[in-house]
Amino acid sequence: MDETDITFFKDGLRLDGRRADQLRPVKIEVGVLARADGSCYIEMGGNKVIAAVYGPREVHPRHLQEVSRAIVRYRYNMASFSVEERKRPGPDRRSYELSKVSREALEPVILTSFFPRSVIDVFVEVLQADAGTRTAGINAAAVALADAGIPMKSMISSCAAGKVADTIVLDPMKEEDNFGQADLPIAMTPNGDITLMQMDGGLTPDEFRRAVEMAMKGARDIYEIQRQALVNKYSQLTDPGHVEAVVQ
Amino acid sequence: MTNVISEIKKDFIYNLLLKGERADGRTFDQYREISIQRDVIRKAEGSALVKLGSSQVLVGVKMQPGEPFPDSPNRGVIITNAELVPLASPSFEPGPPNEVGIELARLVDRGVRESKAVDLEALCIVPGKQVWIVFIDVHILDDCGNILDAASLGAISALLCTKVPASKFGLGEDYILPIRDLPIATSAIEFNDVLMFDPGVDEEAIANTKLTIISTIEGNICGTQKSGTGMLKPEQVYRIIDIACEKAKEIREKFLEA
Repeated sequence: MDETDITFFKDGLRLDGRRADQLRPVKIEVGVLARADGSCYIEMGGNKVIAAVYGPREVHPRHLQEVSRAIVRYRYNMASFSVEERKRPGPDRRSYELSKVSREALEPVILTSFFPRSVIDVFVEVLQADAGTRTAGINAAAVALADAGIPMKSMISSCAAGKVADTIVLDPMKEEDNFGQADLPIAMTPNGDITLMQMDGGLTPDEFRRAVEMAMKGARDIYEIQRQALVNKYSQLTDPGHVEAVVQ
Repeated sequence: MTNVISEIKKDFIYNLLLKGERADGRTFDQYREISIQRDVIRKAEGSALVKLGSSQVLVGVKMQPGEPFPDSPNRGVIITNAELVPLASPSFEPGPPNEVGIELARLVDRGVRESKAVDLEALCIVPGKQVWIVFIDVHILDDCGNILDAASLGAISALLCTKVPASKFGLGEDYILPIRDLPIATSAIEFNDVLMFDPGVDEEAIANTKLTIISTIEGNICGTQKSGTGMLKPEQVYRIIDIACEKAKEIREKFLEA
């Protein structure tokens, strides 16, 4: 199948009825795993991703230790059943790259110097994939880090923009990603400092700029949802009765 | 960025930077001298040795018939691999590629693939059964910084002189692999709001943010990647893009279109 075989827009709306600058529905739940120090479950459109944070804890193997700061490890992993054709379990080259850039998306805001010689482990499992798993993973991981009480300079929110049928669109879905003309995922702080930027496909410099701006707008909206999810969990804890229960 | 750099050297580079200078006297957007030797390996279908200042990268292209992917039965296959062999740097270790090597290979691949430089449909032999597989193997020989730009330049240079070895496999006469675009990767590091193109190995060690832009003949962008643990302002990204597309054009005209 070729990109020309698909009609991406009908009456100005996308295949799933969205406007060009509209996000898919996002749902975030904080603290979904009992064993992890922090965790988060996210749904972004058809993506279902769960993130867990362990640490700060002792580094194994020990030679990876840094004397002046904590190291951060990030493991992006796709479940074999998360995609149409069964994916062979275990890391592949794509997941190595995504793990690296995702870690580098979060590390700028983590106050690693507070925890010398330790490690902060972030594990991300993609349970169901529908284009945009790396952005969903980063969004979940950032919330899980906050849930784990890791000191951070700010939240990180991530979103992609793409190009289909010569139109810049926000948060591409599977069909738009597979048969579209470009994909540009970013991650950023609420201040607009970009911590992840990747792109493939074809964009003119002007389209690139518009895609960045659109993705940043999407990330800002996701930030509000992340924030609200954390507030929802922790405002319950400020209820005096609940705090007492936790202390006991 | 994993290189150990002494605090003294770091201070030196930093103080120069405040004066608007670089250790080797270049301007911030100036590339080191580039040289490309093509067809240096006779056993390969195409090859190129790229020198970017003292950085040296050798890229070899091998081709052989094989099976297409089920979801693209009439398209050839490109497989890009990079070896960061231990002779190239004290920080490279033997063993399977680590994430730095994998990222490098995937970025070289992204340039070739997304620019559609190789016409994959022209590499179909029998639809659904047999297609040409193009192996692009990047060998880093000397890492004096910015090996990604050198590797990417090496890949397209090697492809430009690649001969499809049809006769070897009884598939007719050998012919020159048709190339439709000339993607060029240009990378800049950001440090204290200074953007430095083609960073040397010490410059890479002081900065924690790098942005790579891969651009096409048309001046469009076919790939980008931010790497490192820093942040970039959108304005810095746009500034890098403007300069990167200019630089890419210069490199392309001087070395590839001649």
